[in-house]
Amino acid sequence: MRLTFLIPLVVFVLMVVLLGVGLTLNPREVPSPFIGKPAPAFSVPQLHAPDEALTSEVFRGQVSLLNVWASWCVSCRQEHPLLVELAKTDRVPIYGLNYKDERNAALEWLARLGNPYRSSAFDADGRIGIDWGVYGVPETFVIDRKGIIRHKFTGPLTREAIDDILLPLVQQLKGEPG
Amino acid sequence: MKRSVRACLLVLCCGCVPVASATEIRTFKDTTEQLRYEQLVEELRCLVCQNQSLADSDADLARDLRDEVYQIIRSGKSDEEAVQFLVERYGDFVLYRPPVKPMTWLLWLGPFLALAGGLLFIRSRTRQHAATRSPELNAAERERLRQLEGDTRK
Repeated sequence: MRLTFLIPLVVFVLMVVLLGVGLTLNPREVPSPFIGKPAPAFSVPQLHAPDEALTSEVFRGQVSLLNVWASWCVSCRQEHPLLVELAKTDRVPIYGLNYKDERNAALEWLARLGNPYRSSAFDADGRIGIDWGVYGVPETFVIDRKGIIRHKFTGPLTREAIDDILLPLVQQLKGEPG
Repeated sequence: MKRSVRACLLVLCCGCVPVASATEIRTFKDTTEQLRYEQLVEELRCLVCQNQSLADSDADLARDLRDEVYQIIRSGKSDEEAVQFLVERYGDFVLYRPPVKPMTWLLWLGPFLALAGGLLFIRSRTRQHAATRSPELNAAERERLRQLEGDTRK
């Protein structure tokens, strides 16, 4: 007895598995072309000190995070308490990129909800955002000692993402020679 | 009654008006430049609403990226440079026409593989069919045929 009659069934099962896996993927997770590349250079006024610049030099010599946020961004508000909590543990410095925001609104937002950032760059027209390939605020970049982007989170951070991916990665990067 | 007919007509008319989505007023050196710009924003994908092109999308980012493309075209750079600008930042994902490279071989060659597979399948099936059907009649079949022919002749 030949089993050729099973071929359509096998093909069908393979299709179902393929499409099923496709359904579980997150289409918003577009692979970033920046992973493994140096952080794009910038020099923009700080949110809290318009006369002082925050430059991408700040990422050299330390493992750090760059969190892209805005006061108009609903998901940012969702992840914000987690960032505040993370900042308190002092395990990794967090820098902010205040994306297409109004200065007063942003300052007021931080005053009300807490400021987890060492400093925030004020990117009023979103040019820095474009240079960093930002397309869905909030986004969080993990940058190593050499100033190389090693990971990017798109969308709000969750406790699981921080505990399972972000902190272990930070720990690993701290172990790498600078 | 009349009023409802009019209302229906009005609704129909509204449906006919081309939806001018997300178009800024732009000035170009000439039509070629304009066509280049329009073609580019048609072919680049908006990352926010992922099934729309930059031209179609009304998202804030799409507007910013249209501005970038416009500036690049206006500054006399080539289409390739404009595309490269976006690919460097957002990856191949922005291209509705992905480049041919090892990662996308399956994507580009998949349809042809499927076609070849289908043709092979059909060929093997028809051959099998031909093989099982013997063209020659055996003795019993010839006898039966003669009988049938004899029947009709009577």
